[in-house]
Amino acid sequence: MAGSHRSGTRAGRWLLIGVTVLFFAVFLFAPLVVVFSSALQKGFGYCLAALADPETVAAVRLTLLTTCIAVPVNTLFGLCAGWAIAKYEFPGKSLLKTVIALPFSVSPVIAGLMFVLVYGSGGWIGPWLEAHHIRVIFAVPGIILTTLFVTLPLAAHELIAVLEAQGREEEEAAWTLGATGRQIFCKITLPKIKWGLFYGVILSTARTMGEFGAVSVVSGHIRGLTNTLPLHIEVLYNQYDTVAAFSAATLLALIALATLAAKAALERRTERRRDRPAPAQATSGREEWTWA
Amino acid sequence: MAGGPKGRILLPGFGMTLGVTVFYVCVMILIPFAVLVLKTASLNLHGFYETVTAPRVMAALRLSLLTALMAACINVVFGVPAAWVLSRYSFPGKRLLDAVVDLPFALPTAVAGIALTSMFGPAGGPGAILERFGVRVAFTPVGIVVALAFIGLPFVVRTLQPVIESLDRRVEEAAATLGASPAQVFFRVILPPLVPAVLSGFSLAFARGVGEYGSVVFISGNMPMRTEIAPVVIMTKLQQFDYAGAAAVAVVLLIVSLVVMSLVRLIELRAGFWRTGVR
Repeated sequence: MAGSHRSGTRAGRWLLIGVTVLFFAVFLFAPLVVVFSSALQKGFGYCLAALADPETVAAVRLTLLTTCIAVPVNTLFGLCAGWAIAKYEFPGKSLLKTVIALPFSVSPVIAGLMFVLVYGSGGWIGPWLEAHHIRVIFAVPGIILTTLFVTLPLAAHELIAVLEAQGREEEEAAWTLGATGRQIFCKITLPKIKWGLFYGVILSTARTMGEFGAVSVVSGHIRGLTNTLPLHIEVLYNQYDTVAAFSAATLLALIALATLAAKAALERRTERRRDRPAPAQATSGREEWTWA
Repeated sequence: MAGGPKGRILLPGFGMTLGVTVFYVCVMILIPFAVLVLKTASLNLHGFYETVTAPRVMAALRLSLLTALMAACINVVFGVPAAWVLSRYSFPGKRLLDAVVDLPFALPTAVAGIALTSMFGPAGGPGAILERFGVRVAFTPVGIVVALAFIGLPFVVRTLQPVIESLDRRVEEAAATLGASPAQVFFRVILPPLVPAVLSGFSLAFARGVGEYGSVVFISGNMPMRTEIAPVVIMTKLQQFDYAGAAAVAVVLLIVSLVVMSLVRLIELRAGFWRTGVR
């Protein structure tokens, strides 16, 4: 800050750094340490044994299944939405963007409630589904549907931003030169947006695996059948099986840490690109993360 | 079909991509919203009023709003210095701090919930220390504020960081050479352009806090009238198959967060005008 007050601002600077480090230590690092230390308090073997429990394995499997469906579907949707919004002008475009961002401002419990009201017995199409013996709520399809809703804007938001920043000149040049739509997408668009795409996939994966509130409403909590990993952690914790709960939680915490590392690496990459005078790669700015 | 200036080359795929987008948005977002609103409307105005003003619901709504407000204030108090430190200073470990800011986004809320409950429970380290000073955290409203402050921190920091990075330091130096004291530089030069970002970070943290469920349910204890937050009331009504009642409370919460989010948009728009007006 001011040159003439250097010694004063220097003390202020270290005070600010100290406050920040202390706050981060208590609020961000300590909970992480608690997860790992609680999981390992009875030893590594006990932790592994807790993870090998059949119900935990079933929960992991369900979480993986949900992720394998929800992430590709929402990524494909994000690509479609990004292409339509970035490459064309049409009325209602900003309204469409607002609607896509809506799930961000909905409480997870309300998200679950909405799907119960649509697909549950006594719901909107519930009776029809029941007549055809299709179970959605309190079953796996309901878990997948609500997860799709909650994580819908993540990949889409990122892909729309990246595609909009890219413009459409190169694609249009290729089109006039006779390239097919598929060629344009695979040879021009995809290489340009690959890091943004990767970023969007990482964000949705982390969020999909960890979704709790919305899934809790629609799952019905049938152990070994409709409990995802976060729901299973709740069950274990509530029956005072703390070590097992935290052991399962370490899996999700490790995924969260991997996500943070990948995000930091991607940001460094785009930053380095921005420093070069070469055509700027659309940056996956940190603002895009505002809602998780 | 696709509009745009005349002579624009139209790329292929407009019909297909827009069709898929609109269809998916209708099925996944618009229909569920419409059904929620219709369900609420099945209660008439009187029934809606009765449901929402029931003592237990009112207590929960008040608790959710107040704790979210306090948590957002804590986020501003600690988030503004953190954003400043992370974007202006360099010190060992800065990259690590910067990366870990997003932990509350990346860590599943249930994991955060049980970790915070263990920490601040009577058996946990910080919990035991605070208990000695007569402050109970777990299973009290204080615990709810702690959980929401954890969840909301990145909103303030990540909204502020790019704005602080874009500040022109030469203006601060000019103010200092013209005789402004550090306090004057801070309040007259640095703070004004940060205000919109602080407000929007605050509102985002608040809106998220009002609807937050996973990180709070473990630490709050969910005692009706005392530590029961609004999302838990919705959950309880659902378990009692009171779908219309659950929908009514949900609509109130939705209105709160939509109003707050529109406020954020407004602040961002105004800030945009303000910034371009100066340049």
